[in-house]
Amino acid sequence: MLRFIVRRLLQAIPTLLILSILIFAWLRALPGGPAGALLGDKATPAKIADLNHVLGLDQPIFVQYFKFLGRVLTGDFGNSLSSTQPVLQEILDFMPATIELSISALIIAVGLGIPLGYLAARFRGGVLDNVTIILTLVGVAVPVFFLGYLLQNNLAAPLGLPSQGRLSTGLDATNITGFAVLDGIMTQEWDAVWDALRHLVLPAFTLATIPLAVITRITRASVLDVLNEDFIRTAKSKGLGEQTIRGRHVLRNALLPVATTIGLQTGLLLGGAVLTERVFNFRGLGYLLAEGIERKDFPRLQALILLGALVYVLVNMLVDVSYGLIDPRVRVR
Amino acid sequence: MQQLRVARTRRIALIGLAGVLAVSMSACATSKRDDNTAAGGEKTGGTMVFGATGNPKNFDPIFNDDGETFRITRQIFDTLLQNKPGTADVVGSLADKWTPSNDGKTWTFDLKKGVKFSDGTPFDAAAVCFNFDRWYNMKGAAAQSQMTYYADVFEGFAKNEGDATGDPVYKSCEAKDDATAVINLNKAKGAFPAAFTLSSFSISSPTALKKYNADTVTQSGDSFSYSDYANKYPSGTGPFKFESWDQAKGEVTIAKSEGGTQTANLDKLIFKVIPDENARKQALKSGDIDGYDYPSPADYGLLRNDGEQVLIRPSFNILYLGINQANNPALKDVRVRQALAYGINREQFVKSKLAEGSEVATEFVPKAIAGYNDAVTQYPYDPAKAKQLLTDAGASNLTLKFYYPTEVTRPYMPNPADTFTAISEDLKAIGITVQPVAEPWNGGYKDDVQKAGKQDIHLLGWTGDYNDAGNFVGTFFGRKKAEFGFDNAALFSALSAADSAPAGDQHAAAYKDVNKQIMDFLPAIPIAYPTPALVVGPKIKGVIASPLTDERFNTVSKG
Repeated sequence: MLRFIVRRLLQAIPTLLILSILIFAWLRALPGGPAGALLGDKATPAKIADLNHVLGLDQPIFVQYFKFLGRVLTGDFGNSLSSTQPVLQEILDFMPATIELSISALIIAVGLGIPLGYLAARFRGGVLDNVTIILTLVGVAVPVFFLGYLLQNNLAAPLGLPSQGRLSTGLDATNITGFAVLDGIMTQEWDAVWDALRHLVLPAFTLATIPLAVITRITRASVLDVLNEDFIRTAKSKGLGEQTIRGRHVLRNALLPVATTIGLQTGLLLGGAVLTERVFNFRGLGYLLAEGIERKDFPRLQALILLGALVYVLVNMLVDVSYGLIDPRVRVR
Repeated sequence: MQQLRVARTRRIALIGLAGVLAVSMSACATSKRDDNTAAGGEKTGGTMVFGATGNPKNFDPIFNDDGETFRITRQIFDTLLQNKPGTADVVGSLADKWTPSNDGKTWTFDLKKGVKFSDGTPFDAAAVCFNFDRWYNMKGAAAQSQMTYYADVFEGFAKNEGDATGDPVYKSCEAKDDATAVINLNKAKGAFPAAFTLSSFSISSPTALKKYNADTVTQSGDSFSYSDYANKYPSGTGPFKFESWDQAKGEVTIAKSEGGTQTANLDKLIFKVIPDENARKQALKSGDIDGYDYPSPADYGLLRNDGEQVLIRPSFNILYLGINQANNPALKDVRVRQALAYGINREQFVKSKLAEGSEVATEFVPKAIAGYNDAVTQYPYDPAKAKQLLTDAGASNLTLKFYYPTEVTRPYMPNPADTFTAISEDLKAIGITVQPVAEPWNGGYKDDVQKAGKQDIHLLGWTGDYNDAGNFVGTFFGRKKAEFGFDNAALFSALSAADSAPAGDQHAAAYKDVNKQIMDFLPAIPIAYPTPALVVGPKIKGVIASPLTDERFNTVSKG
């Protein structure tokens, strides 16, 4: 197991290096650049050229890249052009929000998706199954940002839920870890816990929609496959109870492809988080990315994309490791 | 069966462990709340929350030029002069009185007495001179590159570094006594005295500037980092003082300050960053914020129905159709340019596409500017006349490359695509063939239009910085530019002379004359004076909408 983890980590290094070159070159190949965004309405071609010179953006691209790489290897990703704060500090400050939102969305997606998918398979062809199929289709078809706007405009006020933000303005919540719910529990500021949970509802449901739909369908398909397996017939003929068959044989075997799906959806959650966080002003990494794209904030975009790639690699490695935990027959060498 | 029991026991143990962990986490850290904070975190009376559209850059005004930063620094700092609330008229702020010399090179300011900075440092003439000298003597290419307005107005530094190249307009400052500051210039400039209202020229506490190394601006990779003064300890004479900037929450908090030039009604102001306009609208509706800027014109009616107050700003910007005489020879003929002007139905465009309060532009300066001339040549909509002019000029089959920007909203141009469509339909109706060229705003549009001059006609505009006609027409037509492709020495000379004319009636008269010349020569076509707005909730009183987006919240009360 340890050898496997080390091997996968070593494989990540050339992946990240190639990715850094691609990102760096692609950002600088885009027309315009950060100088125009920084100068705003007062930007003239002459001022843009001046600022590009001061920022070193008029140097040969390979010179810029090696300077960038040298800084990154010492942990310096530079300062954000939008906020002028160190990018790494920004990412650390905003990351808890995205993790909190993603975990909430995953809990909803997995917590609802697996039972729904199982029930749809168990009562295949019935009303529940048909309704589930329709809802999952709608879930993947409706764009995340559109759904977010719909919920924000039409449900926030009637349900008495906040329409944006992580915490109510002016709420004096103690910040320790950056995870609003956790910080509230640790300090027993229960009003802050409740406030943070209320702010999570709409964005988490929005973000959960697509993974919920996908997990539901994959679970349904996987359970249907397993239900038809010989060993299920054998288990029934041995006289095992329904609960035992469901829990030990059906679900456990059906969960393998679902686990893979959850891993993939986690990576996709980051993409959905960009729009969700923007719509709900939920200040996490997705919010940073959206603002960075608008303002051509090179330092921030470079850091975020590389970090996102690293997280994706690590999560998928964890998924592979989890195979061994779910199914002892799968040995990770 | 034994195995089943073991598995079940294991599950129960895991659940129990999770519960123990959860209980043990609670109260393992100390709350940092004040004892007198209400348990539910309710706002205390006198706090206004304003929804900002973007992050501030930092809080040292000299290094800033964007509206979101100024929205906050205007509450913390004062300038020597300011705009009278609701207008572009120049009135005293830190100075009660200001007197130019006959040659316009010396400005004497009689300063307010008994004023203190928020850190307790007394405000006096020495503080004024400290600030002006600081800007003039600023070192480092990084710092100088961020002093955009200083470079525009004062043109150069004691020692230009990086790509700064201008000869400095500023010469020196003298504190004659505690209440008299004299600013000496190397040359007279029409920008004064209005330019002294610019927020970039806010006066900071010399004590704080020195203590927190305010001049330290360093390049960090592809960007800059600023001093502790700029990020944490700005100190001015405004009615509010800086309290905190919570980046994770996107909230800047400022609190009532004592000893400044004005006294605030509110105890606190919180600027909450909400970039999405719909999110701002919903936040206002739910009471999360008390107001925000730039509501969509389509929402004015809905907002008013909800009881919100939509405050229309008097216009201080201009939308124009630029004409490049160098790129298309036909455009050198004034009759062709006049045809374009007569052929565009500006009244209909303003009525159908722009926000309430917007007006047709008759020249290149808004009405609020001294130098506006209501006797310039007019070009009312007359498509028949437009066609005749084109025929007379031998340009009946004219084809024009029409550049317009995408991926942008400007205060003077909320929807560029809509603007392009409306104008190009009018041009087609008078027989002109339009070749559309759409380019991203931050993806080459300005380069192509202002540097390379690839367009025949294009859309652009300007939001004024201060009350001086030169800030408009001088910027547009003061010299030969690729954007307009003409070389009119007489016009350049007239603009230069107007800029140098002594402040006051002579200055205004000179620009009235120049505006007439411009509208006869017609290097571009003024389209509209769009009016952005801001919106506040029903409990908010005392907000005065400013044409320069220079709303001061010291007069605001809540409830």
